[in-house]
Amino acid sequence: MSQVNNFSNHRLVNWFQLSSPSAFYPVAGKLIPFFWALTFLFGAAGLWVSFFVAPVDAVQGQGYRIIFIHVPASWMSMFIYLVMAAWAGLGLILNARLSAMMAQALAPIGAWMAFLSLWTGAFWGKPMWGAWWVWDARLTSELILLFLYLGFIALRASIDDPRRADKASAILALVGVVNVPIIYFSVKWWNTLHQGASVSLTKAPAMAQTMLLGMLLMALCFWMYTIAVTLMRVRAIILEREAHTDWVRQLIEVRN
Amino acid sequence: MWNSPSEFFAMGGYALYVWSSFGICFLVLILELLMVRARFKAIVSRLKQEQLAERFDKEIGN
Repeated sequence: MSQVNNFSNHRLVNWFQLSSPSAFYPVAGKLIPFFWALTFLFGAAGLWVSFFVAPVDAVQGQGYRIIFIHVPASWMSMFIYLVMAAWAGLGLILNARLSAMMAQALAPIGAWMAFLSLWTGAFWGKPMWGAWWVWDARLTSELILLFLYLGFIALRASIDDPRRADKASAILALVGVVNVPIIYFSVKWWNTLHQGASVSLTKAPAMAQTMLLGMLLMALCFWMYTIAVTLMRVRAIILEREAHTDWVRQLIEVRN
Repeated sequence: MWNSPSEFFAMGGYALYVWSSFGICFLVLILELLMVRARFKAIVSRLKQEQLAERFDKEIGN
Protein backbone atom coordinates (compact mmCIF):
# COMPACT_ATOMS: atom_id res chain seq x y z
CA MET A 1 0.00 0.00 0.00
CA SER A 2 2.76 2.41 0.93
CA GLN A 3 4.58 1.63 -2.33
CA VAL A 4 1.81 3.10 -4.39
CA ASN A 5 2.34 6.53 -5.88
CA ASN A 6 5.76 7.10 -4.34
CA PHE A 7 6.84 8.98 -7.44
CA SER A 8 4.92 12.11 -6.62
CA ASN A 9 5.12 11.76 -2.84
CA HIS A 10 8.90 11.87 -2.75
CA ARG A 11 9.09 15.19 -4.51
CA LEU A 12 9.87 18.26 -2.43
CA VAL A 13 7.03 20.13 -4.08
CA ASN A 14 4.32 18.39 -6.00
CA TRP A 15 3.88 20.73 -8.96
CA PHE A 16 0.90 18.90 -10.42
CA GLN A 17 -1.01 19.26 -7.20
CA LEU A 18 -0.20 22.97 -7.14
CA SER A 19 -1.94 23.43 -10.47
CA SER A 20 -5.32 23.18 -8.79
CA PRO A 21 -6.71 26.47 -7.46
CA SER A 22 -7.56 24.95 -4.06
CA ALA A 23 -3.95 23.87 -3.48
CA PHE A 24 -2.41 27.00 -4.94
CA TYR A 25 -4.53 29.47 -2.96
CA PRO A 26 -2.96 28.87 0.51
CA VAL A 27 0.56 28.55 -0.93
CA ALA A 28 0.19 31.90 -2.71
CA GLY A 29 -1.01 33.43 0.56
CA LYS A 30 2.14 32.27 2.34
CA LEU A 31 4.44 33.57 -0.41
CA ILE A 32 3.02 37.11 -0.55
CA PRO A 33 4.77 38.58 2.58
CA PHE A 34 8.08 37.14 1.36
CA PHE A 35 7.80 38.96 -1.98
CA TRP A 36 6.76 42.21 -0.27
CA ALA A 37 9.89 42.02 1.88
CA LEU A 38 12.02 41.57 -1.23
CA THR A 39 10.21 44.47 -2.94
CA PHE A 40 11.08 46.85 -0.10
CA LEU A 41 14.62 45.55 0.16
CA PHE A 42 15.41 45.98 -3.55
CA GLY A 43 13.39 49.21 -3.69
CA ALA A 44 15.30 50.86 -0.85
CA ALA A 45 18.66 49.74 -2.23
CA GLY A 46 17.67 50.73 -5.78
CA LEU A 47 16.50 54.23 -4.79
CA TRP A 48 19.60 54.79 -2.72
CA VAL A 49 21.86 53.82 -5.62
CA SER A 50 19.78 55.84 -8.12
CA PHE A 51 19.90 59.07 -6.14
CA PHE A 52 23.00 58.93 -3.95
CA VAL A 53 25.52 56.62 -5.60
CA ALA A 54 25.10 56.88 -9.37
CA PRO A 55 27.12 59.87 -10.66
CA VAL A 56 25.62 62.74 -12.62
CA ASP A 57 25.45 62.19 -16.39
CA ALA A 58 27.93 64.18 -18.50
CA VAL A 59 25.34 65.08 -21.16
CA GLN A 60 21.93 64.96 -19.48
CA GLY A 61 22.82 66.26 -16.01
CA GLN A 62 20.54 65.06 -13.21
CA GLY A 63 17.64 64.60 -15.64
CA TYR A 64 18.93 61.18 -16.69
CA ARG A 65 17.89 59.73 -13.31
CA ILE A 66 14.49 58.98 -14.83
CA ILE A 67 16.27 56.01 -16.42
CA PHE A 68 16.11 54.16 -13.07
CA ILE A 69 12.35 53.72 -13.40
CA HIS A 70 11.91 54.14 -17.15
CA VAL A 71 14.04 51.18 -18.18
CA PRO A 72 12.81 48.74 -15.47
CA ALA A 73 9.18 49.65 -16.22
CA SER A 74 9.77 49.10 -19.95
CA TRP A 75 11.50 45.77 -19.34
CA MET A 76 8.71 44.63 -17.07
CA SER A 77 5.98 45.69 -19.50
CA MET A 78 7.49 43.40 -22.17
CA PHE A 79 8.44 40.60 -19.80
CA ILE A 80 5.02 40.50 -18.13
CA TYR A 81 3.38 40.30 -21.56
CA LEU A 82 5.47 37.24 -22.46
CA VAL A 83 4.67 35.57 -19.13
CA MET A 84 0.98 36.44 -19.50
CA ALA A 85 0.86 35.02 -23.02
CA ALA A 86 2.69 31.88 -21.85
CA TRP A 87 0.13 31.30 -19.07
CA ALA A 88 -2.73 32.02 -21.47
CA GLY A 89 -1.29 29.58 -24.02
CA LEU A 90 -0.74 26.93 -21.36
CA GLY A 91 -4.33 27.39 -20.22
CA LEU A 92 -5.49 26.95 -23.80
CA ILE A 93 -3.45 23.77 -24.41
CA LEU A 94 -4.01 22.04 -21.05
CA ASN A 95 -7.46 23.48 -20.49
CA ALA A 96 -6.24 24.45 -17.01
CA ARG A 97 -8.21 27.00 -15.02
CA LEU A 98 -5.35 28.23 -12.86
CA SER A 99 -3.16 29.07 -15.88
CA ALA A 100 -5.91 31.22 -17.34
CA MET A 101 -6.40 32.88 -13.96
CA MET A 102 -2.68 33.70 -13.82
CA ALA A 103 -2.90 35.35 -17.24
CA GLN A 104 -5.96 37.28 -16.07
CA ALA A 105 -4.12 38.41 -12.92
CA LEU A 106 -1.04 39.60 -14.83
CA ALA A 107 -2.84 41.84 -17.33
CA PRO A 108 -3.55 44.89 -15.07
CA ILE A 109 -0.02 45.16 -13.67
CA GLY A 110 1.38 44.72 -17.17
CA ALA A 111 -0.82 47.56 -18.40
CA TRP A 112 0.39 49.74 -15.51
CA MET A 113 4.02 48.99 -16.38
CA ALA A 114 3.42 49.93 -20.03
CA PHE A 115 1.71 53.13 -18.85
CA LEU A 116 4.64 53.96 -16.55
CA SER A 117 7.09 53.30 -19.36
CA LEU A 118 5.24 55.77 -21.61
CA TRP A 119 4.70 58.33 -18.85
CA THR A 120 8.30 58.40 -17.63
CA GLY A 121 9.41 58.36 -21.27
CA ALA A 122 7.32 61.47 -21.95
CA PHE A 123 8.81 63.26 -18.93
CA TRP A 124 12.26 62.28 -20.11
CA GLY A 125 11.66 63.12 -23.75
CA LYS A 126 10.38 66.62 -23.03
CA PRO A 127 13.65 68.03 -21.54
CA MET A 128 15.99 65.95 -23.73
CA TRP A 129 14.25 65.85 -27.13
CA GLY A 130 11.97 68.86 -26.68
CA ALA A 131 8.79 66.83 -27.21
CA TRP A 132 6.47 64.87 -24.91
CA TRP A 133 5.64 62.47 -27.68
CA VAL A 134 6.89 61.59 -31.15
CA TRP A 135 5.68 58.83 -33.47
CA ASP A 136 8.98 57.05 -33.10
CA ALA A 137 9.05 53.30 -33.78
CA ARG A 138 9.74 52.31 -30.19
CA LEU A 139 7.24 54.70 -28.62
CA THR A 140 4.53 53.64 -31.03
CA SER A 141 5.11 49.91 -30.51
CA GLU A 142 5.11 50.42 -26.72
CA LEU A 143 1.77 52.27 -27.05
CA ILE A 144 0.43 49.28 -29.01
CA LEU A 145 1.58 47.05 -26.14
CA LEU A 146 -0.51 49.15 -23.73
CA PHE A 147 -3.50 48.79 -26.07
CA LEU A 148 -2.95 45.02 -26.24
CA TYR A 149 -3.12 44.83 -22.44
CA LEU A 150 -6.24 47.00 -22.38
CA GLY A 151 -7.76 44.95 -25.21
CA PHE A 152 -7.07 41.74 -23.28
CA ILE A 153 -8.77 43.16 -20.17
CA ALA A 154 -11.71 44.56 -22.14
CA LEU A 155 -12.24 41.32 -24.09
CA ARG A 156 -12.33 39.33 -20.85
CA ALA A 157 -14.76 41.79 -19.30
CA SER A 158 -17.10 41.59 -22.31
CA ILE A 159 -17.58 37.78 -22.15
CA ASP A 160 -19.79 36.56 -19.31
CA ASP A 161 -18.69 32.91 -19.29
CA PRO A 162 -15.19 32.86 -17.70
CA ARG A 163 -14.08 29.72 -19.55
CA ARG A 164 -14.99 31.24 -22.91
CA ALA A 165 -13.31 34.49 -21.85
CA ASP A 166 -10.17 32.45 -21.05
CA LYS A 167 -10.07 31.03 -24.58
CA ALA A 168 -10.83 34.24 -26.47
CA SER A 169 -8.39 36.35 -24.47
CA ALA A 170 -5.68 33.66 -24.78
CA ILE A 171 -5.86 33.92 -28.58
CA LEU A 172 -5.56 37.71 -28.36
CA ALA A 173 -2.59 37.43 -25.96
CA LEU A 174 -0.80 34.92 -28.21
CA VAL A 175 -1.31 36.96 -31.38
CA GLY A 176 -0.02 40.06 -29.58
CA VAL A 177 3.29 38.37 -28.71
CA VAL A 178 4.57 39.41 -32.15
CA ASN A 179 4.68 42.99 -30.86
CA VAL A 180 7.27 42.27 -28.13
CA PRO A 181 10.24 41.58 -30.44
CA ILE A 182 9.12 44.56 -32.52
CA ILE A 183 9.47 46.81 -29.46
CA TYR A 184 12.75 45.24 -28.45
CA PHE A 185 14.44 45.49 -31.86
CA SER A 186 12.70 48.69 -32.98
CA VAL A 187 15.75 50.82 -32.19
CA LYS A 188 17.86 48.58 -34.42
CA TRP A 189 15.43 48.09 -37.30
CA TRP A 190 14.33 51.69 -37.66
CA ASN A 191 16.67 54.58 -37.16
CA THR A 192 14.31 56.96 -35.37
CA LEU A 193 14.63 59.19 -32.33
CA HIS A 194 14.76 56.74 -29.41
CA GLN A 195 18.30 55.84 -28.38
CA GLY A 196 19.70 52.34 -28.73
CA ALA A 197 19.83 49.78 -25.95
CA SER A 198 21.91 50.85 -22.94
CA VAL A 199 22.27 47.28 -21.76
CA SER A 200 23.03 44.44 -24.13
CA LEU A 201 23.42 40.74 -23.52
CA THR A 202 26.33 40.44 -25.92
CA LYS A 203 28.31 43.64 -25.39
CA ALA A 204 29.69 45.36 -22.31
CA PRO A 205 27.13 47.93 -21.09
CA ALA A 206 27.75 51.44 -22.38
CA MET A 207 27.28 53.06 -18.99
CA ALA A 208 28.83 53.43 -15.55
CA GLN A 209 28.72 50.31 -13.39
CA THR A 210 26.79 52.10 -10.62
CA MET A 211 24.11 53.25 -13.09
CA LEU A 212 23.70 49.68 -14.27
CA LEU A 213 23.52 48.48 -10.66
CA GLY A 214 20.78 51.02 -9.87
CA MET A 215 18.76 49.91 -12.90
CA LEU A 216 19.11 46.25 -12.03
CA LEU A 217 18.08 46.84 -8.39
CA MET A 218 15.02 48.83 -9.47
CA ALA A 219 14.16 46.15 -12.02
CA LEU A 220 14.34 43.50 -9.27
CA CYS A 221 12.12 45.70 -7.07
CA PHE A 222 9.51 45.99 -9.87
CA TRP A 223 9.78 42.27 -10.51
CA MET A 224 9.16 41.32 -6.87
CA TYR A 225 6.34 43.89 -6.68
CA THR A 226 4.74 42.33 -9.76
CA ILE A 227 4.90 38.85 -8.25
CA ALA A 228 3.46 40.04 -4.92
CA VAL A 229 0.58 41.96 -6.50
CA THR A 230 -0.14 39.18 -9.01
CA LEU A 231 -0.33 36.57 -6.26
CA MET A 232 -2.76 38.83 -4.36
CA ARG A 233 -4.88 39.36 -7.46
CA VAL A 234 -4.90 35.70 -8.44
CA ARG A 235 -6.16 34.84 -4.94
CA ALA A 236 -9.05 37.27 -5.38
CA ILE A 237 -9.77 35.81 -8.84
CA ILE A 238 -9.69 32.25 -7.46
CA LEU A 239 -12.26 33.18 -4.81
CA GLU A 240 -14.44 34.94 -7.39
CA ARG A 241 -14.40 32.07 -9.85
CA GLU A 242 -14.53 29.21 -7.34
CA ALA A 243 -17.10 30.86 -5.08
CA HIS A 244 -19.55 27.98 -5.53
CA THR A 245 -17.09 25.23 -4.46
CA ASP A 246 -16.96 23.54 -1.07
CA TRP A 247 -13.32 24.28 -0.39
CA VAL A 248 -13.89 28.04 -0.72
CA ARG A 249 -16.84 27.81 1.65
CA GLN A 250 -14.65 26.01 4.19
CA LEU A 251 -11.96 28.71 4.18
CA ILE A 252 -11.27 30.47 7.47
CA GLU A 253 -11.40 33.94 5.93
CA VAL A 254 -14.90 33.56 4.49
CA ARG A 255 -16.48 31.96 7.58
CA ASN A 256 -18.35 34.15 10.00
CA MET B 1 27.27 64.43 -4.42
CA TRP B 2 24.48 66.63 -3.02
CA ASN B 3 25.58 69.59 -0.91
CA SER B 4 22.15 70.44 0.51
CA PRO B 5 18.59 69.05 0.56
CA SER B 6 17.39 71.90 -1.67
CA GLU B 7 20.01 70.99 -4.25
CA PHE B 8 18.74 67.42 -4.12
CA PHE B 9 15.13 68.49 -4.69
CA ALA B 10 16.12 70.85 -7.50
CA MET B 11 17.68 67.90 -9.42
CA GLY B 12 19.95 70.24 -11.36
CA GLY B 13 16.98 72.05 -12.92
CA TYR B 14 15.14 68.84 -13.88
CA ALA B 15 12.97 68.76 -10.76
CA LEU B 16 9.64 68.79 -12.65
CA TYR B 17 10.61 65.88 -14.90
CA VAL B 18 12.40 63.70 -12.38
CA TRP B 19 9.87 64.13 -9.57
CA SER B 20 6.78 63.72 -11.70
CA SER B 21 8.23 60.49 -13.12
CA PHE B 22 9.10 59.08 -9.72
CA GLY B 23 5.96 60.52 -8.12
CA ILE B 24 3.54 59.00 -10.62
CA CYS B 25 5.41 55.71 -10.47
CA PHE B 26 5.08 55.62 -6.70
CA LEU B 27 1.41 56.64 -6.90
CA VAL B 28 0.60 53.93 -9.46
CA LEU B 29 2.29 51.22 -7.41
CA ILE B 30 0.37 52.29 -4.27
CA LEU B 31 -2.93 52.62 -6.16
CA GLU B 32 -2.54 49.20 -7.77
CA LEU B 33 -1.95 47.62 -4.35
CA LEU B 34 -5.03 49.34 -2.89
CA MET B 35 -7.18 48.23 -5.82
CA VAL B 36 -6.09 44.61 -5.45
CA ARG B 37 -6.76 44.70 -1.71
CA ALA B 38 -10.20 46.21 -2.28
CA ARG B 39 -11.01 43.47 -4.81
CA PHE B 40 -9.94 40.76 -2.36
CA LYS B 41 -11.91 42.29 0.50
CA ALA B 42 -14.99 42.67 -1.71
CA ILE B 43 -15.08 38.98 -2.67
CA VAL B 44 -14.42 37.84 0.91
CA SER B 45 -17.25 39.98 2.29
CA ARG B 46 -19.57 38.77 -0.50
CA LEU B 47 -18.81 35.15 0.39
CA LYS B 48 -19.41 35.92 4.08
CA GLN B 49 -22.74 37.53 3.28
CA GLU B 50 -23.77 34.49 1.27
CA GLN B 51 -22.96 32.13 4.11
CA LEU B 52 -24.83 34.33 6.57
CA ALA B 53 -27.86 34.40 4.27
CA GLU B 54 -27.81 30.61 3.97
CA ARG B 55 -27.66 30.21 7.75
CA PHE B 56 -30.65 32.48 8.21
CA ASP B 57 -32.51 30.54 5.53
CA LYS B 58 -31.87 27.30 7.43
CA GLU B 59 -32.85 28.75 10.81
CA ILE B 60 -36.09 30.16 9.47
CA GLY B 61 -36.80 26.93 7.61
CA ASN B 62 -36.57 24.83 10.79
